[in-house]
Amino acid sequence: MELYQKTAHELQQLIAAKEVKAVEVAESVLERARQAEPKIHAFVTLAEEEAYQAARRVDEAVSKGVKLPPLAGIPVAIKDNISTAGLRTTCASKILENYIPPYDATVIAEIRNQMMVLVGKTNMDEFAMGSSTENSGLFTTRNPWDIEAVPGGSSGGSAAAVCADETILALGSDTGGSIRQPAGYCGIVGLKPTYGRVSRYGLVAYASSLDQIGPLTKDVTDCALLLQAIAKYDPKDSTSVNQPAPDYLQEMKKGAKGLRIGLAKEYLGEGISLPVKDAVQNGVKVFKDLGAEIVEVSLPHTEYALAAYYIIAPAEASSNLARYDGVRYGHRTSQKVSDAVELFMKTRQEGFGAEVKRRIMTGTYVLSSGYYDAYYLKAQKVRTLIRNDFDNAFKSCDLILTPTTPSVAFKIGSKTKDPLEMYLEDIFTVTCNLAGLPGISISGGFDNGMPIGLQMLGPLFKEEILLRAAYGFEQATDFHKKRPEI
Amino acid sequence: MSLSIKEVEHIARLARLELDGSEKEQFTMQLNEILDYVEKLNQLDTSAIEPTAHVIPVHNIFRKDELKPSMDPEEVLANAPDRIGNYFKVPKLLED
Repeated sequence: MELYQKTAHELQQLIAAKEVKAVEVAESVLERARQAEPKIHAFVTLAEEEAYQAARRVDEAVSKGVKLPPLAGIPVAIKDNISTAGLRTTCASKILENYIPPYDATVIAEIRNQMMVLVGKTNMDEFAMGSSTENSGLFTTRNPWDIEAVPGGSSGGSAAAVCADETILALGSDTGGSIRQPAGYCGIVGLKPTYGRVSRYGLVAYASSLDQIGPLTKDVTDCALLLQAIAKYDPKDSTSVNQPAPDYLQEMKKGAKGLRIGLAKEYLGEGISLPVKDAVQNGVKVFKDLGAEIVEVSLPHTEYALAAYYIIAPAEASSNLARYDGVRYGHRTSQKVSDAVELFMKTRQEGFGAEVKRRIMTGTYVLSSGYYDAYYLKAQKVRTLIRNDFDNAFKSCDLILTPTTPSVAFKIGSKTKDPLEMYLEDIFTVTCNLAGLPGISISGGFDNGMPIGLQMLGPLFKEEILLRAAYGFEQATDFHKKRPEI
Repeated sequence: MSLSIKEVEHIARLARLELDGSEKEQFTMQLNEILDYVEKLNQLDTSAIEPTAHVIPVHNIFRKDELKPSMDPEEVLANAPDRIGNYFKVPKLLED
């Protein structure tokens, strides 16, 4: 077995026991990435030199007998909307193609302090708007299980890089499913933490009341370790919540026994492929065998979630993306302009792709004079109804089991014509963001060789419950051990 | 309710986006589809429901008013498309 095929928890022991050098791990992973990239296209930027420097520092610390942080020397890939000082951060947009942040996001500062090895920045849908990476302004990432299929999105580069062993760990961001859906499509673990659990400082804002950074990993143990590393209160993010995180690894090991797992009929109805339904049924059986209790719950406003999301997210995006004006950083038009407004208009016309423009337009409209109450305020009220649904459901269960998506990864180009059809990809994942809840996707089966994601949603700040259930499931099954041939 | 090309032009102006002719047509069609879809929310009576702007109840987070080092102007201006000294340079905004 090659080093790049191992998990973080396996490598951390080898590094601590001085059996393997961090530089050897970096070499193995970067060599693998060089070999896989011509097919997968997961990375926007590979940071080889910086990675080797960071790995050498770990090896020096080991030789001096310094006590290392848990993930020291472990390679991690970062979605390209998370600011990295001195390293290009494009959001996969032409408008930021050459932008080099002057500061680190808080999660990046944590990664550097904890001596992880940042190997590069991963591709995504432009400004995290999409479900396939086909909206990337740079190129489309391929699904390692079938390079004709999408890896999911928007954190598709991070998911594909983990799946193809081009990194050991990755960070993504999730606004309406952008960690969980690509994790599901690539057969890996992806967790969206509770809103406020992880600092958003330095995450390029898309929809600020929904965005959250989280881990994409090969297994649940790695997910717990990476979440632990980043789940911290941050005074620089005024929505960060000052609530200490538990010991996730210790909690995780309690497993699924005794948990009450909710099944909601609203997530198991029409439109779901048969193999996905079967995977959920199999999941139910696995959990019963593990000693969990299955209870029926109802989330009656689920069918309205997507409509509320596609008002709220574009509204917030239209405001957040107003900052790209060609004045202080990013692309500026080279066409002749006669005033500042023309400079803004031409710069934004050239710099943004179609989906970003579409969402800015939708958002601007729903916030414009005379329409605010009918759309934005209405959507926020529906958001309350969706929260109430979950509050009620969690009175009788500890977590809710659903499919991550209605079917497995689709072929590249098959959904790009109709924006609404692509939006429907998020049907099971958006509720979690609207309600601020934590959610995880794990590998729960296969359909014709393509992975099926199982999603679990938990109460606010109860990531440990999700990790317990996911870990129990993983111990009882082999789906997470399967890797594609590349 | 249906959105006209003229309204799309108005929204584009508000959003500071210069759209070309084919984009205007395409967005008119697609925005109408999206707005038709979200009409679905009107099936719900929300007259007695409070809106949720933020899920976690955090209010007015203050920090102490302390002096801290700021970023070096060279770092701040390193990404500027155009500059004069320590200023961002933009086209003329006001008449002489």
